[in-house]
Amino acid sequence: MKINIETIIQIAYFSAAVLFILGLKKMSSPVTARGGIIWAGVGMLVATLITFGVPGMQNYVLMTVAIAIGGGLAFWSGRIVQMTAMPQMIALYNGMGGGAAAAIAAVTLLHTTGHIEDIGEVGIALAVIGALIGAVSFSGSLIAFGKLQDLIKRSALFPYQQIFNLVLFAVTVVVGVMVVLQFPSPDPMMVYLFFGLALILGLLVTMPIGGADMPVVISLYNALTGLAVAFEGFVLGNAAMIIAGTVVGSAGTLLTQMMAKAMNRSLGNVLFSGMGTKEVASGEGSEGTMKEIEANDVGVMMAFAERVVIIPGYGMAVAQAQHKIWELTQLLTERGVSVKFAIHPVAGRMPGHMNVLLAEAGVPYDMIYDLEDINAEFPQTDVALVIGANDVVNPDARTNKGSPIYGMPILDADRAKNCIVIKRGKGRGFSGLENQLFFADNTRMLYGDGQAAGSELIQAVKGL
Amino acid sequence: MIEIEGMVALYVFMLAAFTGYEVIGRVPVILHTPLMSGSNFVHGIVLVGAMVALGEAGDSVLLQAIGFIAVVLAAGNAVGGYVVTERMLEMFKSSK
Repeated sequence: MKINIETIIQIAYFSAAVLFILGLKKMSSPVTARGGIIWAGVGMLVATLITFGVPGMQNYVLMTVAIAIGGGLAFWSGRIVQMTAMPQMIALYNGMGGGAAAAIAAVTLLHTTGHIEDIGEVGIALAVIGALIGAVSFSGSLIAFGKLQDLIKRSALFPYQQIFNLVLFAVTVVVGVMVVLQFPSPDPMMVYLFFGLALILGLLVTMPIGGADMPVVISLYNALTGLAVAFEGFVLGNAAMIIAGTVVGSAGTLLTQMMAKAMNRSLGNVLFSGMGTKEVASGEGSEGTMKEIEANDVGVMMAFAERVVIIPGYGMAVAQAQHKIWELTQLLTERGVSVKFAIHPVAGRMPGHMNVLLAEAGVPYDMIYDLEDINAEFPQTDVALVIGANDVVNPDARTNKGSPIYGMPILDADRAKNCIVIKRGKGRGFSGLENQLFFADNTRMLYGDGQAAGSELIQAVKGL
Repeated sequence: MIEIEGMVALYVFMLAAFTGYEVIGRVPVILHTPLMSGSNFVHGIVLVGAMVALGEAGDSVLLQAIGFIAVVLAAGNAVGGYVVTERMLEMFKSSK
């Protein structure tokens, strides 16, 4: 092998692939995660810079301008986005990747001169498959973003949409096959039709899925974009794209399965049932009454407790109360109270989102416990403080077979000696289900905005 | 350029798929969101493909335009993915 620019490019791509895999490996543990993204970042930088040296390319000015525009906008938006809005931001960036993969395929398919023959029929087929996946991921991710950002409130657009989607999918595949069969010079009109259909398919498939299920869908699109990138990598003969895309494709699939499992849903159920869009009836009516309590009393209760477990939900983050809760935790810890945070796998908008929000407030990750690690401790817990969480502590999941969340593992807050629920009002939660925990004998309700309630609790503990 | 083709590509695909599966295998739930964001960043490698597509688009205005869009989108994927992942991970601290 002679040492020339092409060898150097291959070595650079190889290094990038290694750095991506090592980076992802490091990102799988909280201790090394920070280093992981930096390693992967170095890989990306090396691969991008060396690509400017690929022989026989033109349009360098356009290329640089495009990188500046795309990179600049993404840098700016990534810096200012709120941590609560992270899931939809990831969806947006992911959709861009899918769109890029589809656009690469479009350039390949519409190329009238030169190297389309080199690619061959298999290459064209892969380009078309990658284009379909990438285009669906692109338009689907935009819908996911719109839904989580509350820009889109509608669900199904018309009756029998699922069946229509299936037909549309079949038609898109047929058009795609025709494009492949027209090798080596596909009709541009067919190519445009194919891309149009694929983009509409992504919109219509994603539309009926409820907001609560969207994180699983975002994760799925993330895996699909990876796959699309890998397919376009085959077309371009680019090893870095094949490896990175495939690794993300399989890792993303696994991550999607883990998320769906954490939410007690199967993937098919998430994609085709449209839950979160229907009204669901609660199995049994509310028994007993909700019993109110004052912040001062809660303060006393917690300050003189031995063990306190805090169960935060997305409502806490919306109220921006996590900083107050962390301050309260520090006060309690100084008094010798053992305080732990219990996180349900689906707390927040996607698995792990709540950990990010708590980390932002300064809560160290070793104070945070998963469901399996903390549930056995609730019977010995003096006070379980539920703030902004609802379904994840709903005992209906254990007992009520008619409930849509039946079978979902929950945090056993009802088994603590005392359970305090901070809640804005008496209404129902995100899913619209009644929660028996709020009516239990050992539960007291502290009504108010999460942030205000947090301040009151801090005052109450300080005043002792 | 030394390109990966045919059966070799298939082997690479298979091995990379297993690698992805194994690398993520035992990740704790607390890292699901950052990890998804991190893997989202990794497929930002599509940027190099987009650059090549634009670079080989020639003089056709249509192809230049599509290639341009590809590079804008891909650069957004890579840069945005990095920024938000890094922001999330830098907050993870131990109490020790």
